[in-house]
Amino acid sequence: MGTLRRSQQGTVDAAGAAVRQGLTGDGSRVEPIKGYIFVGFLVLSIVLGIAMLLTLVVDSIIEGAPFLRWNPLVTGVPSSIPSEAGLWVAIVGTFWVIGLMIITVVPLAVGAAIYLEEYADGDRWYNRAIELNIQNLAAVPSIVFGILGLGMIVRGGLSLGPVVYAGSLTLALLVLPTVILASREALRAVPPSHRLGAMALGSTKWQAIWRNVLPAAIPGIATGSILATARAIGETAPLLLIGATVFITFTPEGPLSEGYTTLPVQIFSWATRPQEEFRTLSAASIVVLLAVLLIINAFAIWIRNHYTKKQQA
Amino acid sequence: MASTKKTEVGAAPDPAASLRRQRVRWGEKLIFVVLVLCALVSVVTTIGIVVALVSPTIDFFQQVPIWRFFSTEEWAPTFEPAMFGVWPVVVGTFNVTFWALVIAVPCGLGAAIFMSEYASERVRKVVKPTLEVLEGIPTVAYGFFALTFVTPLLRDNWPSFLGEPPGIFSAGSAGIVLGIMIIPTVASIAEDAMHSVPNSLRQGAYALGSTKRQVALKVVVPAALSGIVAAFVLGISRAVGETMVVLLAAGNTPNLTISPVESIQTMTAFIANTATGDIGVGTLKYNTIFAVGSLLFIITFTMNYFAARVVRRYREAYD
Repeated sequence: MGTLRRSQQGTVDAAGAAVRQGLTGDGSRVEPIKGYIFVGFLVLSIVLGIAMLLTLVVDSIIEGAPFLRWNPLVTGVPSSIPSEAGLWVAIVGTFWVIGLMIITVVPLAVGAAIYLEEYADGDRWYNRAIELNIQNLAAVPSIVFGILGLGMIVRGGLSLGPVVYAGSLTLALLVLPTVILASREALRAVPPSHRLGAMALGSTKWQAIWRNVLPAAIPGIATGSILATARAIGETAPLLLIGATVFITFTPEGPLSEGYTTLPVQIFSWATRPQEEFRTLSAASIVVLLAVLLIINAFAIWIRNHYTKKQQA
Repeated sequence: MASTKKTEVGAAPDPAASLRRQRVRWGEKLIFVVLVLCALVSVVTTIGIVVALVSPTIDFFQQVPIWRFFSTEEWAPTFEPAMFGVWPVVVGTFNVTFWALVIAVPCGLGAAIFMSEYASERVRKVVKPTLEVLEGIPTVAYGFFALTFVTPLLRDNWPSFLGEPPGIFSAGSAGIVLGIMIIPTVASIAEDAMHSVPNSLRQGAYALGSTKRQVALKVVVPAALSGIVAAFVLGISRAVGETMVVLLAAGNTPNLTISPVESIQTMTAFIANTATGDIGVGTLKYNTIFAVGSLLFIITFTMNYFAARVVRRYREAYD
């Protein structure tokens, strides 16, 4: 029926009415119901994800509740008695691995981003190849980076052995594409006038970049780096391959000391124990890990907001 | 050389010449070289991955004929006698991936349609960051969740007409959690694709009297189809490459099955499980990790490559 009516109206003048009609449904009785069912399905598909997120957090808190105490959960060292075990070794290990990773990855990624944004001619095949390579690298499964770490960094090529820095370097290569992409976006967001102004006053290309472009891009670069750091903190699989140990009671002393563990590796090792109490411990540790990530993410968002406001003012 | 240039400029006071570079700035050149080297690190990483994979893989295939790798059906590389039929771990991987897709395809697409076509700016501002948070949860937490929450939930509420309930470790439980984990990936790429469908297409459809649902399903989705397919392919690739969820929740039994209730082993779980033990460099066991790693790398790389190509070609079509 609706179709018939529309064809009768078929003049250009009636187009507006048809649009309104289209937006509100075409008068058939089934169509609005179908529309509601459809919207219901769409909302449900989003809610499922969000509900899962909430359930995951709440479930970890409830399950881990008996062990959610500062001492010994945060300050203790791993122990075969679950109620005395703590995460201190893993927290210090995470701090070392991630700290060294940041020192390694940020200069490399920012350098690569500056080259690609400020110097490279995007039409050249080799620059396109580098860009394509970065995109592909971003989608390589993390465990393959573990294999790279095992075959080239711990053994083979670099032969560092299963030391803290081998973990940092592997994770650095893992997050490199993410940090490069974030840094490029931050550089791209700096208006060309910054560069042109500096160069008009006689500065060289690098002086313009170093003194004008880079300072303006730092908030964006920092946000991207912190978010990548958060991702690296949660990585487990590559570290399992390259020698993060599952049971040690001492903290690492430096970049080249052997024997370290990180929060997710510790959680994994407790989760695989058959005893129920270790699972509880694992749940409590997940709460600690999520809390750490929440703080880091909040910090990244704070930096972004803080500097956006400053720049607008 | 630099000095002769200078005198030349001085001798002929040509106003245009003074704007020309007068001498080579070695500092600038050096910085340029350093930046190029930084950019090359990513290329070196890719080469490193390939080199790390290739040599032990060749060693592996010298000891285990390639036909035995792909044609026999028993996977027990760490037992005596060792069996090297890779199909159980490949099928195990795609078993989990299949159940992940059963969740992620409708939900990811639904979420993308909602955000691109229905959600107001205010709702988008809440939903998008929430999905990003979902993406940022460590996979080990998802694995633990699958093992201690989803599996018991399925076991307790399993309808009897579906047969045996899932075991303590099951492909289905890991698959469901994996599916929810990749919803944000699928949704954000699919949404990008729908977002770049020109508004004139929607307006045209409305002008012909379509409802909002018809516009979304019959105009926007088909127009963005290649991007949506790319989103699914990238989702599959993520599911295939994911380790911790399957390692914790799917068990470590290489079973050649597509049943969701059974315990299986995936390629990634095999790698992680074998590499954590004490293994000597160059042993057959060590090389097996790299052979399976090569297969995993080839599968995910092929998927990513085609997805990236589809996305690019499709972007060009509307820009």
